[in-house]
Amino acid sequence: MSGHSTYEPKSGLERWLDTRLPIIRFANDTILTFPTPKNLNYWWTFGGILSLMLGLQIVTGIILAMHYVPHVDYAFNSVQRIMRDVNYGWLIRNLHANGASMFFLAVYIHMFRNLYYGSYKAPREVLWILGCIIYLLMVGTAFFGYVLPWGQMSFHGAVVITNLIGAVPVVGPSITTWLWGGFAVDDPTLNRFFSLHYLLPFVIAGVVGLHIWALHVPGNNNPTGVNVSSPEDTVPFHPYYTVKDGFAISVFLIMYAVFVFYLPDVLGDAVNYVPANPLQTPQHIVPEWYLLPFYAILRAVPNKLAGVIAMGGAIGTLFVLPWLDTSKVRSMRYRPTARLYFFIFILACLVLGVCGAHAPDDLVIPGASGLQLLDANLNSYVWLSRIGALYYFAYFWVITPLLGLTETPLPVPESISSPVLSHPAAAPTGAVASPEKRG
Amino acid sequence: MLRKAFAFAALGLVLTAGPVLAATTEKEPVDVHWSFEGPFGKFDKEQLQRGFKVYREVCSACHAMNLLYFRNLGQKGGPFYDPKYPNPNDNPVVKSLAHDIQVKDVDTDTGDVISRPAMPADKFPAPFANEYAARASNGGALPPDLSVMAKAREGGPAYIYSLLTGDKPTAPAGLTLPPGKYYDAFYPGDLSSSWHGKGPPPEGGAIAMPPPLTDGKVTFDDGKPSTVKEEALDVAAFLAWAAEPKMEERKAFGLGAMIYLLIFSGLLYASYRRIWRNVAH
Repeated sequence: MSGHSTYEPKSGLERWLDTRLPIIRFANDTILTFPTPKNLNYWWTFGGILSLMLGLQIVTGIILAMHYVPHVDYAFNSVQRIMRDVNYGWLIRNLHANGASMFFLAVYIHMFRNLYYGSYKAPREVLWILGCIIYLLMVGTAFFGYVLPWGQMSFHGAVVITNLIGAVPVVGPSITTWLWGGFAVDDPTLNRFFSLHYLLPFVIAGVVGLHIWALHVPGNNNPTGVNVSSPEDTVPFHPYYTVKDGFAISVFLIMYAVFVFYLPDVLGDAVNYVPANPLQTPQHIVPEWYLLPFYAILRAVPNKLAGVIAMGGAIGTLFVLPWLDTSKVRSMRYRPTARLYFFIFILACLVLGVCGAHAPDDLVIPGASGLQLLDANLNSYVWLSRIGALYYFAYFWVITPLLGLTETPLPVPESISSPVLSHPAAAPTGAVASPEKRG
Repeated sequence: MLRKAFAFAALGLVLTAGPVLAATTEKEPVDVHWSFEGPFGKFDKEQLQRGFKVYREVCSACHAMNLLYFRNLGQKGGPFYDPKYPNPNDNPVVKSLAHDIQVKDVDTDTGDVISRPAMPADKFPAPFANEYAARASNGGALPPDLSVMAKAREGGPAYIYSLLTGDKPTAPAGLTLPPGKYYDAFYPGDLSSSWHGKGPPPEGGAIAMPPPLTDGKVTFDDGKPSTVKEEALDVAAFLAWAAEPKMEERKAFGLGAMIYLLIFSGLLYASYRRIWRNVAH
């Protein structure tokens, strides 16, 4: 899809530049004329939304860094000073803090869209892996960022997460000390977390560049999962998708603005408005909502090291997914059985999120006494998170490989243009059941 | 109500955690209707003035507010804002409120520590020199700073109101609390070890703060009767303002931003329909 360029320099300056640094040609080919499948739905607009969120987080973050003081004695009050005395500081800080949540909301929708339409499959494995790297970097950045306001949850969250590394045999404790810059989470820890929090977004931006490059080689997948076969299947990116993405971004911003202006603290924890106090541990230490499912997987395993491995494995699994999936059909539009398991998978992720927010021993159905099974009550959140975690891993390692071999997919249309004219579920009679060839 | 509707819509959009069950118990805060609720809610200036008086005459004996400056009282949205004085440092009410209070300073000619009347640019002075002094005067307990208290507790100002009105001078029968502790149904705690009565221990906890408010403790300048309820309500509203003095600015800005985004989205949707009108998709 890429390779051919329709750019023609119009002025003398453009011709001069084109033979030296063809940057206008590059922009023209990647942003303006890039052939994009014409059947992309609104789930495909989250890439654009994510680019905007990254830009917004970087801009607001740079401004916040001008006023923030990374010192245990001043960090909490400096954030408050931003809210009180910096011109529009409340706006910049609310945008940044709620922006993190919006960023994760968008990235999760982007990833679920990818899973549903099989976008990670050949020839887009590298694109998918780069996306997983971006996600991993986002998790790190969000964690470092949450420590900076130096409230109770910031501090004790940092203690819990950094202590996980101590579970590594032999070298764990030394690594933890090295990471802390001392023998506890303290001023050196806060300083380096601030430094890394400022650094990582630019690393993300770099990987996003590679991600978009890897996207532009095979081109976009699309809701049918069928390869682009003729120019009729595509439209130029501009103005067709600039306007569609623009509309979606604007609607997304409305929801974002509701949080920023009317519910700025609803996604955060009230305890984080109490300055950090190492001598007083909050009753429940919970991460922000977007990390709760992984936190639930961590706590589902009784052994600390095994829990850390399970949590790492939950993200690590995503990296090998392209090779776990045996189905020759990309889109779940034509895989009714897979679709069912996929929706249970979404449910499992949500259930894990709820489990992460509750204390492990809390009862799922209050009042009902459950059966004691091994170390915990069967009616407790720890067992619910075990069931959720089991399904999470089974979905990728058992269901996905087996389903591709055993299921009978629906007929797949021959080209993008053929189902476009009628409803995709009722593919035209001309479309024969010839599952898409890989690669 | 509208705020609740908003919260529900938001919850529907983003996965958030359900209520966390605690090992401790406490009563749910009383449902209070505040003037500053909802997307158009504003602080009631007179209520803030009354609340400030309660803080100044009662709470400030033990609780610091180290993020507050006298000038904040006269800034836009504050209790003594006067459009005649856009710079709160010029506001005569703020100046005289500050002037009545002595703050520590250093004489730049001699280097001696001196006391001088406060100026609008000064912080609210802390009642104790340090944490140890505060604990020594309060039976070992540390009165927390109140600057962001309204944001630092679940329930916010409603929790503060409930706590202040729920603080009881005597414990219910069957509850034996150590000296210097008071029963409060809204204060999270676990009373099982102090409970000798029948049935489960009462909800709530033992708080080190004696019931701070009594009827008529503060004389309100606007003549409002100073019942415990009124004092608690007003000081909770004042603390809500103190936790976020820019709240009114935030909501006003938000209204403009929402209108802008709605119009912008409408225009983009119309453009989208127009550009795509000849493409079957």
